[in-house]
Amino acid sequence: MRALFYSRLMPIAAVAIIAAVLPVYFPSAYYYRVAALVFVYALAGIGLNLLMGFAGQVSLGHAGFIGIGAYAVAVGPTHLGLPTWLSFFAGAALSAIVAFLVGRPILRLKGHYLAIATLGFGTLLSIVFTNQANLTGGPDGMSVPRLVLLGWAARGSETWYWISAASFVIGAALALNLIDSPTGRALRAIHDSEVAARVLGIDVAQKKLNVFVVSAVYASVAGSYLAMFNGLITPEVSGFLRSIELVAMVVLGGMGSIVGSLVGSAVIVVLPQALSFLHDYEHMVLGLIVMGVMIFLPGGIVPSLTALFAGRRA
Amino acid sequence: MSILSVDNLSITFGGVCAVDGVSFDIAEGLVFSIIGPNGAGKTTLFNLISGLYVAQGGRVLLAGEDVSGWTPERLARRGLSRTFQNLQIFFRLTALENVMVGRHRHERTGIFTDLLRLPAVERQNRATREQAMMALSRIGLQMMADRPAGSLAYGDLKRLEIARALATEPSVLLLDEPAAGCNAVETAELEGVIRGIAKDGVTVVLVEHDMRLVMNVSDRIHVLANGRTLAEGTAAEVRVDPAVIQAYLGAQEVGRAVG
Amino acid sequence: MKVFCKKIWLSMAELLQFIFSGLTVGAVYALVALGFTLIYNASDVVNFAQGEFVMLGGMTTVFLGLAGVPLPIAALIAVIATVAVGAALHRLAIEPARGAGPVALIMITIGASIFLRGIAQVIFDKRFHSLPSLFGSEPIRVGGAAILPQSLVVLSGAVVIVVLLWVFIDRTLLGKAVIATATNRLAARLVGIDTRRIVGFSFAVSAAIGAVAGILVTPITLTSYEVGTLLALKGFAAAMLGGMGNAIGAVVGGILLGLLEAIAAGYLSSQYKDAVAFLVILVVLFAMPQGLFGRANVDRV
Repeated sequence: MRALFYSRLMPIAAVAIIAAVLPVYFPSAYYYRVAALVFVYALAGIGLNLLMGFAGQVSLGHAGFIGIGAYAVAVGPTHLGLPTWLSFFAGAALSAIVAFLVGRPILRLKGHYLAIATLGFGTLLSIVFTNQANLTGGPDGMSVPRLVLLGWAARGSETWYWISAASFVIGAALALNLIDSPTGRALRAIHDSEVAARVLGIDVAQKKLNVFVVSAVYASVAGSYLAMFNGLITPEVSGFLRSIELVAMVVLGGMGSIVGSLVGSAVIVVLPQALSFLHDYEHMVLGLIVMGVMIFLPGGIVPSLTALFAGRRA
Repeated sequence: MSILSVDNLSITFGGVCAVDGVSFDIAEGLVFSIIGPNGAGKTTLFNLISGLYVAQGGRVLLAGEDVSGWTPERLARRGLSRTFQNLQIFFRLTALENVMVGRHRHERTGIFTDLLRLPAVERQNRATREQAMMALSRIGLQMMADRPAGSLAYGDLKRLEIARALATEPSVLLLDEPAAGCNAVETAELEGVIRGIAKDGVTVVLVEHDMRLVMNVSDRIHVLANGRTLAEGTAAEVRVDPAVIQAYLGAQEVGRAVG
Repeated sequence: MKVFCKKIWLSMAELLQFIFSGLTVGAVYALVALGFTLIYNASDVVNFAQGEFVMLGGMTTVFLGLAGVPLPIAALIAVIATVAVGAALHRLAIEPARGAGPVALIMITIGASIFLRGIAQVIFDKRFHSLPSLFGSEPIRVGGAAILPQSLVVLSGAVVIVVLLWVFIDRTLLGKAVIATATNRLAARLVGIDTRRIVGFSFAVSAAIGAVAGILVTPITLTSYEVGTLLALKGFAAAMLGGMGNAIGAVVGGILLGLLEAIAAGYLSSQYKDAVAFLVILVVLFAMPQGLFGRANVDRV
């Protein structure tokens, strides 16, 4: 029984069950909407978690990839006449390519140099999205055509709730697969000692690049969902603030905890909604959360709780 | 044929010549020790051989092939492995996982198969786990397999690093001060471990300060001082070399080491 | 021939104009970068809230002025208030996280910057504000280009600050203590220097520098609650360009960045003016991470 509890798939099954049961408690479409947002951002969070929590790197510009995915499904159908589903894959592929090209030089950096470089890169993308008005609609953004598959239009908060929940479960399963595998062990090793990893034959640069590309694809998928769900996107979706929120989610939920991404996302997404009367204070609250998390809870919520249950200290 | 050769190797750091024209040949299967006072350039030499530094002069040859300037990863894949003076253990992984990482160069799955967890990955995980377990058992750490490496004693961690390096199935193993910080019991155990490794056919290159260990276990000893070769020979020869005694051993130390 | 000469003269005048505006913003970037460097040297922290210090200096002065306080007094109060904020930032956010890694520390300062922005949004407002120029707003004509008197104020203010800082570091005991802390924290503590106070002091001084820069430049560039973020990033780019941790580099980097921005905006595209700083960051990190005046790092194993 113990083995089952600790098995890899247990957390996934738990999340799937919760996701299936939760809507029973939703009084209105609004709740579906918020929950869908939580799952979408958590999906991006999984990718970032692989990069930060496991491989030990950092990206303060990951919202840039969310932006690529989001604008792909807007620009593709609107300006290039591509069907939405194709634009979706094109966006993911583009994110992968950009991550591959930029990743090689950027990942040679470490510590705060890496942090600032990724920050610079993400903000650069955001500036491009804001300025290329002919393509992206500029600061006011552009509308996104609905996803239509074989005649069925994906519309409505309820539909997107199921789509994003299912995608999160799949994404989490893939990530958990990765962790318990040669690649996963290599990444965790890199996190603890790059030099030892190299000396054991691990091509550290290539592994870092691989996980960076994977995390970019996760973000791109999340971005596409966001755009298709909202029907409208603005350059804010790829902005500096979003990147910081994403990192805060990952740290809050627990770096190295895939399910933690969900918890972190829930806090960051739900809090402003729950405290909507504090709307003007949104930035203050976000700033306090980021500071508080980094100072007091650098281990994150989920790892601390699981350690508690297992009778160990985190 | 020598399995590891160093030919006139040199490197300078900010005006200080850390390694200055060092050369030696190591025959296969030997236990070859490099000794010398602190600052003699021993660890720098190791870093040069294992690809962490790039030499400014000279060459390194592995099994006759010129591997000068090769990256550590590439050297590892050619059968060169090493441990570190200041323990580079993966502290957040378990002891078993540490050794499993050592098997990486023999693992055959890539990131996509890993993501999708194709049957090959399950098989690979199992095989790696078994081999890692065997490596742990050989140095007597099988009891600690599932404990986080961070919770192990210092002496155990030193042995864990050796087990991890051995898991790569190297032909040459560089041990950087494996006895540093170890007590007499741990050092004696280490002696046994080194002998066992050599018996398995792995060429061991040892940098060490513990003279008893060095004299007991080495086939040949190379003495460095100020980045330059002072002497080389068997334990017996080096012990009585006047230059070595003056620079490093000191008459009393020799007595103790031999005693 | 006459037409040709006129064309050359006009394009020279145009270039001069860009240089003037570039030098003015460059002076602000230089001061922000200087503040960064001061804190980074004393504590290895990359302080993202640096830009907010500039914003607070300007905005506080504006709102105190609107409340009827005479401007010179308002400016003084603004600087003191900003210094208090800087010291609080150090005491409440940086000190408690002393052992954290560099990335965690950057995140904390980013959080602080977002927080301060949020407070400014609430206490002040979301509009753009200005201050009256010190010597009037009649541009001075130089060689076909125009330079605002306030630009000269900004430039000379920057020079004064740099000189004062240099004198302080070089000639006073406290300044030496700062250098000592920057060079080797442990050794400094061993000789009895209270490094915590020194780091707090460096935050306070950085805040003061930022606030003064903000007050001086507001008449030209206006200020609002959100000018801090972009300024911090550009100041950081300038510090990187000059070499992280090098004070002279910070100033040179700032001026250089200002000039690059103005020239790019003038000759290439004004829309992508802001992108210049980020390109600079990426290029510096990839091509010469130690910057113009910095030293390369070597990791010991």
